[in-house]
Amino acid sequence: MTRTSPGTLLTYGALVVGALITLFPYYQLAVMASNTTADIYSSPPRFWFGGHLFENIGEVFAKVDFFGSVLNTLVVAIATTLLVLFFDSLAAFTFAKYDFPGSNVLFGLLLATFVVPTQLAAIPQFDLMAKFGLVGSLNALIIPAAANAFGIFWMRQYARGAIADELLEAARVDGAGFFRTYLSVGLPVLRPALAFLGIFTFVNAWNDYLWPLVVLIDSNHTTLQVALSQLNGLYVQDYAVVMAGTLVAIVPLVIVFLIGARHFIRNIAAGAVKG
Amino acid sequence: MTAVSANRRWRYLPQYLAIAPFFVLFAIFGVYPVVYSLWLSFQRWNGVSEMKFVGLENFRFLLTDTAFWDSIGNTLIIWVMSTIPMLVLSMLVALGLNSSVRHKGFLRVAYFLPNVTSIVAMSLVFGSFFSSEFGVLNWFLGLLGVDPVQWLTDPWAIRVAISLMIIWRWTGYNAIILLAGLQALPQDVYEAAKLDGAGPVQTFFRVTLPLLRPVLLFSVVMSAIGGLQIFTESQILLGDRGGPEGAGMTMVLYFYNTAFADNDFGYGAAIAWGIFVVVVLFSILNWRLVQRPARGNGGDR
Repeated sequence: MTRTSPGTLLTYGALVVGALITLFPYYQLAVMASNTTADIYSSPPRFWFGGHLFENIGEVFAKVDFFGSVLNTLVVAIATTLLVLFFDSLAAFTFAKYDFPGSNVLFGLLLATFVVPTQLAAIPQFDLMAKFGLVGSLNALIIPAAANAFGIFWMRQYARGAIADELLEAARVDGAGFFRTYLSVGLPVLRPALAFLGIFTFVNAWNDYLWPLVVLIDSNHTTLQVALSQLNGLYVQDYAVVMAGTLVAIVPLVIVFLIGARHFIRNIAAGAVKG
Repeated sequence: MTAVSANRRWRYLPQYLAIAPFFVLFAIFGVYPVVYSLWLSFQRWNGVSEMKFVGLENFRFLLTDTAFWDSIGNTLIIWVMSTIPMLVLSMLVALGLNSSVRHKGFLRVAYFLPNVTSIVAMSLVFGSFFSSEFGVLNWFLGLLGVDPVQWLTDPWAIRVAISLMIIWRWTGYNAIILLAGLQALPQDVYEAAKLDGAGPVQTFFRVTLPLLRPVLLFSVVMSAIGGLQIFTESQILLGDRGGPEGAGMTMVLYFYNTAFADNDFGYGAAIAWGIFVVVVLFSILNWRLVQRPARGNGGDR
């Protein structure tokens, strides 16, 4: 029944070539991370894996405190994600399902915060962190990121349609208070939205660079992105080692992304078309 | 009476507490810093010694600071050089994925992956591609008979290099957005176009593109917001000074340099306000450019 037309075959071929070009940097990263620096700096370039991957990764961990950076990044990304999921979903549930004095004004105010550009706040934020004694501490990354307007806005849209009023009414009749209702009615229904926001927050926290670079200055606590940048500065001569570090830095994230990729991409698309 | 009003007052306490965390954080890390940065922009301060009030001195300097104006120019050039090819490529990928090809799920993930991968990490990988002697890119150009390009030293090649990285990162993301837009289009107009004997190219330009306008607008606006914030690619690839002749010096990199490399917090705050003004003007311009033809089309019909 389904005979593939030549046009479709051509489209398919073009899409596959495009995808291969898109994925090529990942492939080449693995190639460089598994060769020696001398092999990388050869002409024509190497396009096949070498046998030095574990040796190079070992060098990375020996040269800088890469293990510490991986741990720090995990702590920041997990803590930020959990806090954002809790605070954002609680606020979104409230804005979506409760009418209280000032709720519309407050939600409008929340939307208005989108226009504040990050660099406008950066210097005073750094100064604040210095006053709180948090320069160089991971808390300087986690605390300001613990709740955000995007997540509340996005999840409220979802909650409005997903949480039936009858369920809230039933919970009220059962004598459940506000917080109990959030836990037993709101959270279970919001699960798909939480999955998306969770991956989104984790990815952003993992990849964040400018603010960690600024606020983790002169400290032993760095995140992976800052450590990578330092590794590149210190070991420019040893490119294979830099590439091995880079590989270590992106693999966990690629795995997290691939687990939820289809769901995640569907949500990105839906958000844009509705908004 | 008092009992009732007190009751009423406390009735919504749980709701207020539930939304409080965001507003408290925003007051501390959003409102206060913005107000304070306005105050700072009238000072001379290195973060350590005493602040000195200098009036409009910082802004007067900003208006004549060629480095700042150059950074605006670089940012806009890179934005144009990356956004236009990126949108064309995204459109092609979206059209392809909207046809009856196989393995759509895999292709979608493959095209989207760059968007979630660390910019620092990929800037390091692309840095090796751009190496003039051993880079993959010049090797490939060599196969085509093109002379090696000095990707990281020639001012225009630098901007092309940064644009290539942005195109790589955002094509898949925008293809997914445009694909969702394509899938939401009503099918009856296509049948009508077919009955009228319109070919695929004609159908695309006369039917698809006009209908897709809101989604395209979303992509353009989002790429403008992101494009004006370009920082990491330049900083990793070229260093804090944006490379030879500062060709890769973007607005945010200039801000970072002044504030956090040179510790010139007062002038840094003034630059931040300058960037804010550019962003606002650019957004208005963007909005008007996209609005006007929309009205024209409506009139034709």
